[in-house]
Amino acid sequence: MEGIIGYGAYIPRNRIKVEEIAKVWGADAPSYKRGLMLEEKSVPSPDQDTITMSVEASKRALKRSLINPADIGAVYIGSESHPYAVKPSGTVLAEAIGATPEVHTADFEFACKAGTEGMFVALSLVKAGEVKYGLAVGADTSQGAPGDALEYSAAAGAAAFIFGRDNIIAKALETYSYTTDTPDFWRREYQYYPQHGGRFTGDPAYFKHIVGAGKGIMEKAGMKPSDFNYVIFHQPNGKFPFRVGKMLGFEREQIEPGWLVNKLGNTYSASSPLGLTASLDISEPGDKILIVSYGSGAGSDAFIFEVTERIEKVRDLAPKTRELLEKNKNYLEYGEYAKFRKKIKKAV
Amino acid sequence: MRDVAVIGVGMTKWGELWEKSFRDIFVESALLALDDAGVDRIDSMYVGSMSSGLFVGQEHIASLLADYLGQAPIPSTRVETACASGGLALRLGFMEVASGMSDVVLVGGIEKMTDVSGDEATYALGSAADQEYEGYHGITFPGLYALIARAHMEKYGTTREQLALVAVKNHKNGAKNPLAQFPFEITVDSVLNSVMIADPLRLLDCSPITDGAAAAVIVPVEVAKKMKKPVIKILGTGHATDTIALSSRKDITWLESTYQAAKQAYDMADKKPEDINFIEVHDCFTIAEICVLEALGIVEKGKGGEAYEDELTFLEGKIPVNTSGGLKAKGHPVGATGVAQVIEIVKQLRGEAGKRQIKDPRIGMAQNMGGSGGSSVVHIFERE
Amino acid sequence: MPTPSRYWREIPQRYRFEANKCKNCGIVFFPPRLICPECKKREFEETKLAEKGKILTYTIIRVPPRQFVDQAPYAVGIVELDDGVKLTAQIVDCDFEDLKIGLKVKLEFRKIFDEGEAGILCYGYKFVPE
Repeated sequence: MEGIIGYGAYIPRNRIKVEEIAKVWGADAPSYKRGLMLEEKSVPSPDQDTITMSVEASKRALKRSLINPADIGAVYIGSESHPYAVKPSGTVLAEAIGATPEVHTADFEFACKAGTEGMFVALSLVKAGEVKYGLAVGADTSQGAPGDALEYSAAAGAAAFIFGRDNIIAKALETYSYTTDTPDFWRREYQYYPQHGGRFTGDPAYFKHIVGAGKGIMEKAGMKPSDFNYVIFHQPNGKFPFRVGKMLGFEREQIEPGWLVNKLGNTYSASSPLGLTASLDISEPGDKILIVSYGSGAGSDAFIFEVTERIEKVRDLAPKTRELLEKNKNYLEYGEYAKFRKKIKKAV
Repeated sequence: MRDVAVIGVGMTKWGELWEKSFRDIFVESALLALDDAGVDRIDSMYVGSMSSGLFVGQEHIASLLADYLGQAPIPSTRVETACASGGLALRLGFMEVASGMSDVVLVGGIEKMTDVSGDEATYALGSAADQEYEGYHGITFPGLYALIARAHMEKYGTTREQLALVAVKNHKNGAKNPLAQFPFEITVDSVLNSVMIADPLRLLDCSPITDGAAAAVIVPVEVAKKMKKPVIKILGTGHATDTIALSSRKDITWLESTYQAAKQAYDMADKKPEDINFIEVHDCFTIAEICVLEALGIVEKGKGGEAYEDELTFLEGKIPVNTSGGLKAKGHPVGATGVAQVIEIVKQLRGEAGKRQIKDPRIGMAQNMGGSGGSSVVHIFERE
Repeated sequence: MPTPSRYWREIPQRYRFEANKCKNCGIVFFPPRLICPECKKREFEETKLAEKGKILTYTIIRVPPRQFVDQAPYAVGIVELDDGVKLTAQIVDCDFEDLKIGLKVKLEFRKIFDEGEAGILCYGYKFVPE
């Protein structure tokens, strides 16, 4: 059976607190923290982007997979912040890990679910026997417009997964996708910041698609919420994953291990994938994991994994997600943050 | 091989020469050198310039300058080995005269650095480092010497104050040099409180951005003896290279190119470090002067810093270093620096150094260095 | 500074740390060389840099070249890798006060600079604390 043979996470060290952003815009920090369950978010340094984070997360996945990178037949990066508008990110990653030239590479872009799209395609190619190994990364350095609600959550991170047939650490038991055209969030070409539909991003968008995909995959697999040890939903804020979990019949305890958003923010294409790496870090052989992504526009991809005994051999070969979230943090003031994120207009 | 002497030198005041063009600066200094030598024709010329292309967008300067010096069609050659270009121009001129190929050769150096912005100048200077493996990573020249300084401090206990004393001493000398860009004194405190450029080096550890040129006329000694000026003989010349990247060196604190060039010059001159009365060295940064003294064998390896507490190298010391004010106070128009060092040696040996004149010197040495020590040129001079 | 061709040519070194090793002396060279400066032999085998090492010396650049203005101040160091190769690169993710000679670091893939708003993005290695 096919599944994950290696995984890796990457989170920049910089953080900014909700209070620091709220102070600048005269917003009420306690209500944001309560309402959205957000405390702080990661911020990339000027020298970090989707490509650099993808390379580092993938190298960590390689460490856990113990394979020859030249045997990777597919390399995909899903992101809504590819550094180039025209010119792939994936080729840099493929070169950096030594997978070129005999490799299929593509960049995915679909709001916050581009990461799981890459996972879906990489896994499918392995299943089809087209490639020996497939690498998929979800990575983003997402931007929220200054003063917009999104600014409190838009964060940076990457999660990488290598799929294969042998030495699997998590079997892919089932996949399912749920997609409609629901314009709740968008960014037009040449625009710097995204726009969103406010409360329209909730019920008809996030909740409808995650519930649809969650129900669909459990039905397809013949499983029920209590069959799962861990469940991960897309995490645009702290509140939504718990609410959608409740709608689907999950307990808080199943969600919390992969729930990183309060300290990490919304890492967009890396959001649910990082929840998966955090859950794999602590899972035991036989554990079952459900992950459901959500991307505005809109759609959800869902996967069910079953952890194997191999997890115990490879888990400690690379840094764990919660460690990355907690160690070597550097808190920014809004001015530094604005400089790092190129929000300050300078003379050309 | 014929013996060679410096018979004429010329240099105008250095600084930010807003009114003067690249060619004007050079020709004015070269004419002073011709006048000093008492000649109006030359057989050949060599001009050192590090980066006229990046600083003023002008290449092919050997022809340009020969033309405006009114000497075309003589052969004219541009010489480049970063900040040691001027010193190398002298060495090549020396070789041409010594070989018998030419009798009267003008050697000069020039850099016009203020026609570009500060960060463009930083970039141009940075091109003397390994662009792909040093410059690519954002290192600058103050940065490279800061790496040397930090390593020297760690390895030998060299102190921040000792580094400051190099600048203080050079400004003390420079205050007595009317041609210097910064003819005033500074204190240890002012060095230690100046703005940080590349830790641990501060602004007053660094030589400045300067417009300037310098020129000298060299002839065979037998010709020089028939001329009016004192005969300043070139006793020895040395030129050596080292890895372009600082990181490739076995010892980051050691200037092997200077050591090798000095060895050649000492051997050729049949002199030892203790025979030298005074030296002009390449103090592009304070730490450079300390490392150079060690490589020249003036002080033991690692003892360069201590020498400054004893004032060994001060004007009144046992072996005055940079009586001109050095690159720090006199200025550092990179391509011109090596030739200006020769001018100071000649002035001192002739007894024409005014308020900074040292007592009856006989043998002087000049050390000129490119990049972070990727090249060095050393000359030893004696008054006949 | 680099045109696309100049940048592209260095990818094996900047992305994958490809080096070569003199078959006679065993010295590792980065970037790879065509002749060994020690023994003058010309036979090499391909190798990759050790990705860990320790700081030999460092500085903090406060007056940067044009492409690095937005990153300043930043630390640059010379690091001796476990295979003996010495390398100059930025040291990031480390507070300046924590920098010290002997600090253990490892290579990480980062953006080095960009050629303005519209030019190429230049990637490569930097050091981060191990």
